[in-house]
Amino acid sequence: MKRVVEGSEAVAEAVRLARVNVISAYPITPQTHIVEFLSEYCANGTMDARFLRVESEHSALAALIGTATTGVRSFTATSGQGLALMHELLHWTSGARLPIVMAEVNRALAPGWNIWVDQTDSLAQRDTGWIQLYCEDSQEVLDTIIQAYRLGELVDLPVMVVLDAFFLSHTYEPVDIPDQKLVDDYLPPWEPKFQLDTEKPCAFGPLVTPAFYMEMRHAIAGAMEDALEVFPQVEDEFERIFNRRYGEVEAVSCDDAEIILVSSGTAASTSRLVVKDLRAAGEKVGLLKIKLLRPFPVDIVRRVLASAKKVAVIDRNFSFGASGIFAQEIRAALCNTMKHPPVFNYIAGIGGRDLTADVIEDIYRRAKASDFPERESEWVGLQEV
Amino acid sequence: MEQNIHENEYIYPGHVACSGCGAAIAMRFLLKALGEKTIIVLPACCWSIIAGPYPQSSLKVPVIHCAFEAGGAVASGVRAALDIKGDTETTVVTWAGDGGTFDIGFQALSGAVERNEEFIYACYDNEAYMNTGIQRSSSTPYGAWTTTTPGIEWKKLRKKNIVEALVAHRIPYAATANIAFPDDLVRKAKKAKEIKGSKFLHIYSSCPTGWRIPSEMSIKIARMAVQTNIFPLYEVEDGIKYTINYKSKEYPVREYFKLQGRFKHLSDEDLEQIQEMVNEDWERLLKKAGENP
Repeated sequence: MKRVVEGSEAVAEAVRLARVNVISAYPITPQTHIVEFLSEYCANGTMDARFLRVESEHSALAALIGTATTGVRSFTATSGQGLALMHELLHWTSGARLPIVMAEVNRALAPGWNIWVDQTDSLAQRDTGWIQLYCEDSQEVLDTIIQAYRLGELVDLPVMVVLDAFFLSHTYEPVDIPDQKLVDDYLPPWEPKFQLDTEKPCAFGPLVTPAFYMEMRHAIAGAMEDALEVFPQVEDEFERIFNRRYGEVEAVSCDDAEIILVSSGTAASTSRLVVKDLRAAGEKVGLLKIKLLRPFPVDIVRRVLASAKKVAVIDRNFSFGASGIFAQEIRAALCNTMKHPPVFNYIAGIGGRDLTADVIEDIYRRAKASDFPERESEWVGLQEV
Repeated sequence: MEQNIHENEYIYPGHVACSGCGAAIAMRFLLKALGEKTIIVLPACCWSIIAGPYPQSSLKVPVIHCAFEAGGAVASGVRAALDIKGDTETTVVTWAGDGGTFDIGFQALSGAVERNEEFIYACYDNEAYMNTGIQRSSSTPYGAWTTTTPGIEWKKLRKKNIVEALVAHRIPYAATANIAFPDDLVRKAKKAKEIKGSKFLHIYSSCPTGWRIPSEMSIKIARMAVQTNIFPLYEVEDGIKYTINYKSKEYPVREYFKLQGRFKHLSDEDLEQIQEMVNEDWERLLKKAGENP
């Protein structure tokens, strides 16, 4: 059924449809509407689930480590500072191989206080062993959360579904909300391989000496590789039932493109329009939208970008002392190919600054005008101070 | 003496505690009281090691090790999941040291107790960060040497009164217990199991390594802590009803301090001052229990 819903409600609907057993969360703008919707669902019986109203984000994820180790499907949502506070437990979740799903609403980090969109919060967590999926619109958010449980439970890894503050979390769009029965067909109940059980007492997460630790980490690395393999199957199954698929990445007009723009989140949506308009004006431009950041689909990225003359990565995030983080990923993916295009990096839309079609067109013109990047990254739209 | 202690053992021989470890004794009695339908939530502490390295476990009940500050939250999650699965029989116990309770874990503990989660939070208190090598905690008593309060910098602050902090939450049940009084410990653990909501057990657990005492003195010193009123045995129901479980012999604190290397630098004046503090605390407790000194 199609309804016009807020992005936050799309998240909550997906959580309901996934038959999550426990939600544990702490309020933070702009994630709050998600937890408000879910609190309501739990209170009025729309969902048969427990809502744990914990006293911090750290405890929100800690509690889910408890629920998931006891074998029930678990969900949390957070944003910016909240995600930063969870950092220790992000590592713990993947190390414990718990397929917890989190909606993470990209929010800038303080100081100064800024509640608007910026991807640095989630990208700073890319090494924590969570699968990361960046969404472009509310339909994709809803679909991806349902898929995230399928994917995570197949490979025993946690999944972070990432969406832009306000542009997605607080924006109303028409969203197809699937029937419960169809979702049940797609997503079977989770059957954990191990769980806390007094009949079969085990120790979870004990001391591990150098004799075993390395193999355990290697197993997580292997699970990430599995996730890359399983992802298309998860999408195949989804497409068969719901007739929608998104891909690890999406290449738009890339086949004959001389310059390929790379973006993610709602910026990918705006980039689509710019590419369409520039194409109409005869420019040979394409767009590579990155959805799956961890595991990074290196082969696909290489294949799409190989024939371009230039790549221009738009980053709504920054790693101080280096460059935009998507640009790092793209450069790393390309460097071991014999011949690859130069990678330009443009930093834009930081801390909720508008990332308009004009800004993206300006980025395209800059890349076109230059033979080779003069700097690792270039900040676009800075005011004079 | 009346025996209410079950003969079953839930700790395997071969655990890796130091000899004379009060924390190992405390766990032994706790599990004898609670039985096999128990899940232990274990934030970082000495017991993270005592429980044994992968692929072994020294406990016959399930254990979930967790982050240092997360004991209250992880237990909340385990309880919620058991409820969803319809398991109301299993007791969830967070088993934490004083660092994980008084300091880094206090927020999650306070949150869980404010929510009145159905679980027992048991703190085995050895009065410093023993697992990392005897660093002071907010449970370290006035006068103690630790590796972070060395020489003339011995701790000149009082031990945090954790039971009073929990009582301020109106916790349904809070009690002190001591490894030298196993009957009392077992009775309190069993009582905690029967009471609904959050329960807190504060268990005095001597540490021969950190306190600089011979391992065979572990129980004797624990007993003296009660006999001197340094660690009174009492329980508080619903944050209101105080009951003192041991009528003090009011032995002078000097005897307790003189036996421990961690206090050897204290002068007679220091010990007098400590005696006054202990007397004051004891009188306050008597008043709360409605017993005039």
